[in-house]
Amino acid sequence: MTELIRMTAAELSAALVNGEVSATEVTQAHLDRIAAVDGRVHAFLHVAADSALAQAGVIDARRRAGEALGPLAGVPVAVKDVFTTIGMPTTCGSRILEGWHPPYDATITRRLKQAGAIIVGKTNMDEFAMGSSTENSAYGPSRNPWDLDRIPGGSSGGSAAAVAAYEAPLAIGTDTGGSIRQPAAVCGIVGTKPTYGGSSRYGVVAFASSLDTPGPFGRTVLDTALLHEAISGHDPCDSTSIDAPVPPVVAAARQGDVSGMRIGVVTDLSGEGYQPGVLSRFAEAVELLESLGAKVTEVSCPHFRYALPAYYLIAPSECSSNLARFDAMRYGLRVGDDGVRDAEEVMALTREQGFGAEVKRRIILGAYALSSGYYDAYYGKAQQVRTLIIRDFDAAFAQVDVLVSPATPTTAFPIGERADDPMAMYLADLCTIPSDLAGNAAISVPCGLAPEDGLPVGLHVMAPALADDRLYRVAAAAEAALTGHWGQPLLTQARGLDS
Amino acid sequence: MTTDTLVPFAEAMERYEPVIGLETHVELGTRTKMFCGCTTLFGAPPNSQVCPVCLGLPGSLPVVNRVAIEYTIRIGLALNCAIAGWCRFARKNYFYPDMPKNFQISQYDEPLCTNGWLDVPVGDRVVRVGIERVHLEEDTGKSLHVGGATGRIHGADYSLVDYNRAGIPLVEIVTKPVDGTGAAAPEVARAYVTELRDLVRGLGVSDVRMEEGSLRCDVNTSLAPRGSGRWGTRTETKNVNSLRSVERAVRFEIERQAAVLDSAGRVIQETRHFHEDSGTTTSGRSKEEAQDYRYFPEPDLVPVAPSAQWVEEIRAALPEAPSARRERLQRDWGLPEAEITALSNVGALDLVAETVAAGASPDGARKWWLGELARQANDAGVELADLAITPAQVARIAELVAAGTLNDRLARAVIDAVLAGEGDPDDVVAARGLGVVSDDAVLLAAVDAAIAAKPDVAAKVREGKVSAVGPLVGAVMQATGGQADAARVRELILERLTGS
Repeated sequence: MTELIRMTAAELSAALVNGEVSATEVTQAHLDRIAAVDGRVHAFLHVAADSALAQAGVIDARRRAGEALGPLAGVPVAVKDVFTTIGMPTTCGSRILEGWHPPYDATITRRLKQAGAIIVGKTNMDEFAMGSSTENSAYGPSRNPWDLDRIPGGSSGGSAAAVAAYEAPLAIGTDTGGSIRQPAAVCGIVGTKPTYGGSSRYGVVAFASSLDTPGPFGRTVLDTALLHEAISGHDPCDSTSIDAPVPPVVAAARQGDVSGMRIGVVTDLSGEGYQPGVLSRFAEAVELLESLGAKVTEVSCPHFRYALPAYYLIAPSECSSNLARFDAMRYGLRVGDDGVRDAEEVMALTREQGFGAEVKRRIILGAYALSSGYYDAYYGKAQQVRTLIIRDFDAAFAQVDVLVSPATPTTAFPIGERADDPMAMYLADLCTIPSDLAGNAAISVPCGLAPEDGLPVGLHVMAPALADDRLYRVAAAAEAALTGHWGQPLLTQARGLDS
Repeated sequence: MTTDTLVPFAEAMERYEPVIGLETHVELGTRTKMFCGCTTLFGAPPNSQVCPVCLGLPGSLPVVNRVAIEYTIRIGLALNCAIAGWCRFARKNYFYPDMPKNFQISQYDEPLCTNGWLDVPVGDRVVRVGIERVHLEEDTGKSLHVGGATGRIHGADYSLVDYNRAGIPLVEIVTKPVDGTGAAAPEVARAYVTELRDLVRGLGVSDVRMEEGSLRCDVNTSLAPRGSGRWGTRTETKNVNSLRSVERAVRFEIERQAAVLDSAGRVIQETRHFHEDSGTTTSGRSKEEAQDYRYFPEPDLVPVAPSAQWVEEIRAALPEAPSARRERLQRDWGLPEAEITALSNVGALDLVAETVAAGASPDGARKWWLGELARQANDAGVELADLAITPAQVARIAELVAAGTLNDRLARAVIDAVLAGEGDPDDVVAARGLGVVSDDAVLLAAVDAAIAAKPDVAAKVREGKVSAVGPLVGAVMQATGGQADAARVRELILERLTGS
């Protein structure tokens, strides 16, 4: 049998059902892997070894008792540190939440537990999910398993790195402007942003409420679909949750057939600023899909060019309000409470010292965009742009079933390269932001290595809201054909942890 | 604290014309909070009715309470408002420790109900007060500032916050500016709040107890020279938490602003705090340096879109409006309109109606509530409804008087005893032996004793000078400790002395 940590979630699931391995053995193998490599990867902020083993023991006992368990029962999963978890800290990568132990589970945390998945720990992230590299984490950056000197993407970089480093077969992240798809792309794994409202936000510490979307990471399309299905579905605790059947993503991932599908290449997501190797791998992937029977056309979405600026008004505006609650009064960090300073001073000092530079930058930007006299020019205008982007998508999806583009303009960049240049950092999400603004579904699936640096490139597939299954059909077809072409999964070529 | 110069009210009214406006907050009587499932009971131990949502814990999300929407629509319809077919909640952003999220979920430019009116009886006329909007929001927690002189956060040694109230649904009812009331402005303000309170109570959507803070008022007042054709700068007086205070706050602000304007000063647009004890207002934060609330649509909630059918169902189920009720009671009781209005203005209409329903005659019920009980309430400085006597108890007292068991003097003694917590009227009568002596044998013995004690008076009466009987009646009343029916005593004496 393959080494346990190299097995996919689907393979582990089968082995667990057949009694070839126990959940305890699977969990222990992954905890051992974390112990061996996470000092170098730094994917985790908190490793929950004891509770994971206890959970695994319970699953083993239930299975021995003959209970029928779901496909994820006994399969380890890493959870981004933005989801509330009873019994584990939740920091959001911020000093301001240091030491906070939430008294409640996020809906997705609860669903994972109910599915029997083993939560092995909480993963690193850019502070409050603001960033594209994890360099904004107050607890230091995570590293890319392909090259430890490079970023693993962000903000869900810890989750992506954990999966790419075989520390967990599955992980949960959140996507607000690309925070699942961009790290998935640069780490050479699969990551999905489900339809907004398809996965519950209850218990996800909010960055930008109208954009935040929890979603899955996996090393294969099928694994990702299994996790996608397990966390999805209506949640009465989240008013923006959609009360509709979960799209048949697992069936679509198993089907993996694109014959007859109409695929639109977004012409506006290419050209200047895109790494040549990224564009060439993307073009090859499109040709491959065409060879598999898809009908490929070019589609223009003229307002996508305004997506990034609109995003950087809407997301900061919402964050300026969402992050107001971190004021030292009820939980988390408290600075300067000396019995002399008044509440206002303690609030100000705590926020001054508790938030990092990027978070402060966005709070200030957002507070400005919402302020009286500027609202219409900034927040109001950005919302109008959002409507135009939604119309671009509507027009495109009237002609094609899915849209495709590169997932990121470049491959993983070196740690530190863009840390002092916010604009350069923001460009990492150029391709992913339109889907967030429109609230529809999108996936990134590996499509090869850029010739110039040997780093992974992601194929980005976008589908209309609630048509998440289309993503998996396309991604599974591409994955099968490409893996056949490569001879083995792309990730086996990652050498960052070999030394 | 500086003492404001005041111009006597009547004098101020000679030179100035007031415009008032009222913002009334009503805590809805829903079983659960606005955005979570916590209970809303008043008076529970601090922070015992809280959850991640109303504590605003990271990651928590609000879900709208449908009953609160229904109640707000009910209020809107009763106030003749248009009900929005689609509207959104908005975030009002400001930092304060009793706000768990440091923003309040409220409504901004898309209120649920707009553009209505309320007819308010004032004296012998009806004033139509325009309603600008009725919107729904969440209440904040309650701060207790310990130490310091002002009871406010600045200067306090420490502060405690109780979040039980955080997230209770709160309806804000905002009037349009009310002008043209002249010297009646304070009275109109009070009558409006009284009428609104009765209306909301009648709708069954709140217990509207001002003393528990489930109805709170902010009063806007401005003053402009008579005939100037313009409006002055307004102040917003907060913390006005009784009907009397509403009237006093307007009156005080008129007297204060008149003095400012008289001295060629400028009324500052500001928030002022009302002080129940002194009946004065003091300056709070200036609106001119007020913060920007950075309102924007609440992204955690989907829009509220009540269907026309639902709104019509709510309309069809509305109870009788207070004005219609007043007309009906006036007919049923055969009272002049002015009497009904007077009852309404002192907040006695409900009490009288309940007393009548409990068996008293309309006249009897009205007499006790407007007479003795109104005097007692006034002496104690409380609202009639807050007296420790129930309409049923008043009805029983009226009944005992009608039956001759009590006379008015005894009835007042029974009222005193009930108010003192000695129990129901029958208990008091029994315990204190307060019943009228109606046994003629007992009375005749006292009559004979009085005649024997005052032979000269008796002689005059015997001679036909009936008007001289007074001292004999007095002696009998004294002998029976006042517990006799004076008219019956007089009859018995005349029977004895003149045989008639």
